[in-house]
Amino acid sequence: MSGQSALDRPNSYISRAVPRPNLGRLLQGRGQYVSDMNLPRMVHVAFVRSPYAHARIVSIDTRTAEAAPGIVAVVTGAELAKVCTPWIGVLSHLQGLKSAPQHAIAVERACWVGEAVAAVVASSRAEAEDAAAQVEVVYEQLPIVPDMEAALAPDAPVIHPELGDNLAFERRLEVGEVDAAFAQADAVAEAEFVFGRHTGVTLEPRAILADWNAGEERLTVYLGTQAPHMMQTILAKHLGLAEAQVRVVCKDVGGSFGIKVHVYADEMATAALAKILRRPVKYVADRVESFLTDIHARDHRCKGRIAVAKDGTILAFEIDDLTGIGPYSVYPRTSAIEANQVVNLVGGPYVVPNYRARARVAFTNRNVMCQYRAVGHPIACSVTEGLVDFAARKLGMDPIEIRRRNLIRDDAYPTQSASGMKFEALSHHATLAKLLSMIDYAGLRAEQARLRAQGIYRGIGFATFIEITNPSAAFYGVGGARISSQDGAVVRLDAAGGIVCQTSVTEQGQGTEAMIAQIIASAVGVPLSKVRVILGDTDNTPYGGGTWASRATGIGGEAAWRAGVALRENILKVAGIILQADPAVLDIADGQVIDAEKRPRVGLEEIARIVYFRPDTLPADFQPELIATRHYTPKKYPFAFTNGMQASWLEVDTRTGFITLLDHWVVEDCGTVINPQLVDEQIRGGVVQGLGAALYEKCLYDARAQMLNANMADYLVPMAADMPDIHVGHVQTPTAESALGAKGAGEAGTAGAAAAVVNAVNDALAPFGVTISEIPLTPERVLKALGVI
Amino acid sequence: MKNRVRMIVNGDPVEAEVAPRQHLADFLREALGLTGTHIGCEHGVCGACSVRLDGAVIRGCLIFAVQADGARVETIEGVSDSGEIADLQAAFAARNALQCGYCTPGMLLTAQELLMQNAAPDREAIREYLSGNYCRCTGYQAIIDAVEATAKARREAKQ
Amino acid sequence: MKAAAFDYVRTETLNQALHILSERGEAARILAGGQSLAPALNLRLATPDLLVDINGLTKLRFITATDDVLRLGALTRHVDLARSEEIAGRCPLLSRAAAHIAHPAIRHRGTLGGSLAQADPAAELPACALALDAVIVASSSSGERRIAARDFFLGVYQTALRPDEVLTSVEISGLGVDRIYGFAKLARRQGDFAIIGLALAARRSDRGFVDLRLAFFGVADRPMLAVRAAAALEGKPDPTRSLHEARAALRADLNPVSDLHASAEMRLYLADVLLERVFAEVLEPAR
Repeated sequence: MSGQSALDRPNSYISRAVPRPNLGRLLQGRGQYVSDMNLPRMVHVAFVRSPYAHARIVSIDTRTAEAAPGIVAVVTGAELAKVCTPWIGVLSHLQGLKSAPQHAIAVERACWVGEAVAAVVASSRAEAEDAAAQVEVVYEQLPIVPDMEAALAPDAPVIHPELGDNLAFERRLEVGEVDAAFAQADAVAEAEFVFGRHTGVTLEPRAILADWNAGEERLTVYLGTQAPHMMQTILAKHLGLAEAQVRVVCKDVGGSFGIKVHVYADEMATAALAKILRRPVKYVADRVESFLTDIHARDHRCKGRIAVAKDGTILAFEIDDLTGIGPYSVYPRTSAIEANQVVNLVGGPYVVPNYRARARVAFTNRNVMCQYRAVGHPIACSVTEGLVDFAARKLGMDPIEIRRRNLIRDDAYPTQSASGMKFEALSHHATLAKLLSMIDYAGLRAEQARLRAQGIYRGIGFATFIEITNPSAAFYGVGGARISSQDGAVVRLDAAGGIVCQTSVTEQGQGTEAMIAQIIASAVGVPLSKVRVILGDTDNTPYGGGTWASRATGIGGEAAWRAGVALRENILKVAGIILQADPAVLDIADGQVIDAEKRPRVGLEEIARIVYFRPDTLPADFQPELIATRHYTPKKYPFAFTNGMQASWLEVDTRTGFITLLDHWVVEDCGTVINPQLVDEQIRGGVVQGLGAALYEKCLYDARAQMLNANMADYLVPMAADMPDIHVGHVQTPTAESALGAKGAGEAGTAGAAAAVVNAVNDALAPFGVTISEIPLTPERVLKALGVI
Repeated sequence: MKNRVRMIVNGDPVEAEVAPRQHLADFLREALGLTGTHIGCEHGVCGACSVRLDGAVIRGCLIFAVQADGARVETIEGVSDSGEIADLQAAFAARNALQCGYCTPGMLLTAQELLMQNAAPDREAIREYLSGNYCRCTGYQAIIDAVEATAKARREAKQ
Repeated sequence: MKAAAFDYVRTETLNQALHILSERGEAARILAGGQSLAPALNLRLATPDLLVDINGLTKLRFITATDDVLRLGALTRHVDLARSEEIAGRCPLLSRAAAHIAHPAIRHRGTLGGSLAQADPAAELPACALALDAVIVASSSSGERRIAARDFFLGVYQTALRPDEVLTSVEISGLGVDRIYGFAKLARRQGDFAIIGLALAARRSDRGFVDLRLAFFGVADRPMLAVRAAAALEGKPDPTRSLHEARAALRADLNPVSDLHASAEMRLYLADVLLERVFAEVLEPAR
């Protein structure tokens, strides 16, 4: 058999930018998003939500609401608790993490503005909202913890008295001799880095359609989740069902970015209502609800210090990070992971002999927070790259030069970071060289100087970063979560000669379906048009983790590759019999079995015809299996780290504070690239989310923990006219752990974009001697830094 | 109280009783099953609900179905089936100018309107015309590329 | 969010609409473009009993010019303003302003009358009306009223319109070849409401600029004329010498507000920057 290496197959689709096969329906408006679906006797739920950030629910009078037109039921938290048990978002490997039980609908207390306190089920969403306005809730307001600093103040009200204080989690790390390093340093730079609280703003809001069939005693849930098997487990657990009684189906998902991988109280409530009412119940979050209840992320204040020698060598990093989550750690992935990753990732691209970190996670009465694209990476990268630039400035050193002197050498692997992150093989220097080849650095500096003389201030900023992909069970599984770190693929040759692949990874628009199809087509040896992929259905796919943490290609794709290779072997066994040849010299190319001379001898349709309809023509002792299943999980490295570098070129109008993004570059090394176009587009989309973070995005809260900008007009997201084109280049350092060598790429753009922009703004403002280390970089922030207001 | 409306939707006459408060996007989706028009915000900001009303692209969530009495409405399904935007759709597919697809119907209708008014828009003009259509997935560049390529192909076809 | 229930009537004539308003008062709302009213309805920030759809009153959609008077019907859509050659020739301030309003889909429906009646302090057209010293014509069952723009905008979403009145047209006079205009808008993103903006109109004479009106928007609870600043610049053969004085006068002219997007201090600061920039742009052709 020829073509052992993944990249060596005839007619391989690996590294080819073929269009995604599933685009037709999306382009014609014929996709199926959850909110598009209707089932017989379906009803709609609207939630009564707490207007207070912290309040005891004294009483709920539902009588008027129950009598309203079209109302099927009005259900309180106490009633729902009989059907749906509460959960606690902790994992044992995050030592000391504590949280309180959270109910699907609040029972005794509402702990953030927007938490559901009752559910109204009606024939239409509009009628449900009408009746919801008539539910009479009496609240007794309780003391509010409005932000992270207030949470840890000595006299702070404790949100969950049984937990003792509002400190959900603390992690400390110390490596080397940090104090000595700072004492000996030739230069020390420090800053407090402040980040906006963000939210995903998926264009399709969260939506769930839950259908309890009382005759089958089975719950089918249509949900845009990234992890259907995880949801199957959790729904079963909290609704008192066996997992086999629960089916989770994901069709088209209108964007997720991590938002739709978490367990949401209102979604659990909807499933419970379906069980209570014995009919399908649909919930679609409206945009205000999305802002109030979709997980938020990245609300951090991080003090950072860097110590350097006069030749630019980094001697130490130190950070003290504080983050304010909501009143509950989100289930099941926990709200401590983001802070944990900040600690793990600071300084990552560099040789750092001494490192001290403290991260504290505090409960507040703001909305809940959890993993959102590039979890913790933007924080770690902005702090690291900001400090590196500040150090360079103190030494009068070029920002490229200081990086060149400190980036881990490309031949230094395997190695690990100061925080213990194991690196198999990265390519920081090759990436840096590639980036410099793309940007004409000297030209940009010359233009900067020329324009400065005219009072026009442009800046260039850089950000190197590392990125966690393909996590092993060390990420969640070890902590007791039933979140699978492995994935599987089942591949079969159908009776008409088509290939069908069922995969446990899922699609939210990044191109999972295409990636799997390309891998299968390459592994088996058929045209892409012959491959059909089934995903997002716990009844019809192997058990797996799903798509998150940039793992679908590296793990799901690897499983698909192995399954495809196994199927090819099975097909060739049959071919060997039919052709009276040794299967070892046969191969499949373009849907035909070819012989040692590469001549097409028999098509797969013919093989299928014989196996399925004429097995009488095959030897009696031979049983063909035109189906293969393989699973894969990374075992050697806890994460497959990738690396990259970004550059931002922009102009700051120093009179108005407005920033114009002129250009942006990314070089990314994600190992083997299955579809270059899809990878580049993931990077672009991720960058723009990071640009949004840099310039626009922040959930604004007042002293009563009320979100002030919970709408699309006031929470600013990037739109087309304000964004630059983004140039993408690649280095490829495959991982040796898998046959494909693919790492993940989905989050890289977001990890480094904001850091590059902030560094560019500081570079632009260098003549004024001011620096900014808080995002978003609003005009007001720029003007204040310049001292004009 | 319901009002009777008559309109032409994608070339077909439609007659229905509607509650005045139901906006056109919900009417199309729920009464007519035309779910290609998407709901993203209901504030008129995101553009996911874009439809053509009497030939002009508008926000489907900012007009009530009753207002469309006597009007000609075209949705993404109709514009697809007629073949009017086949080249634009092909360009989107080739360039991967869509990821999750949720903004795509609105983007296609708006882009088509731009190209009908301006046969040679530069990238800035394309970005500006699409500035009211939110996309969270693509970062916009691929969409601009696809619209630019379609404009070029249409100009060349005319020569 | 779905709107609360309301009744709906599509009026055939203006009189019908006026009759309904006189009977139902504030329980009825006029529906023109709907680009501000519909979001408020969807969010249940507005809960009228009755929507009176006046989009069928095609007689209210017109752009006519006689001598030096421009008359614009209240149902003139923003896209009409942006595309009109008549307006581009006679009053290009409106063309420029209209092109900045939101996005194409909004401009297809939004109306001049609606924008003025809505009186969003950050909107472009109210400021233009102020800069142009426009006259706003309102009709009710009891007749017609002519309201000067400077008397029309009273506060956030508040105008001099009575509950039984419909804004039917806008008149702009004093147009001539000696007119100059300036416009600038600062917004976080293309098409957003202004953080601050300036609409400028004046006549060039041998004494310098006269009839100078500097209408700021996005700065306070209504569009504001910077009267002292204008006075400092008027009638000066070389107005650049007085720019410093004019800019200093802004502090007295404007009473900026702080909100989610900008502080009062920043708005005052930016007003100064805008005045300098718009003035420079306006002076440019003279050099």
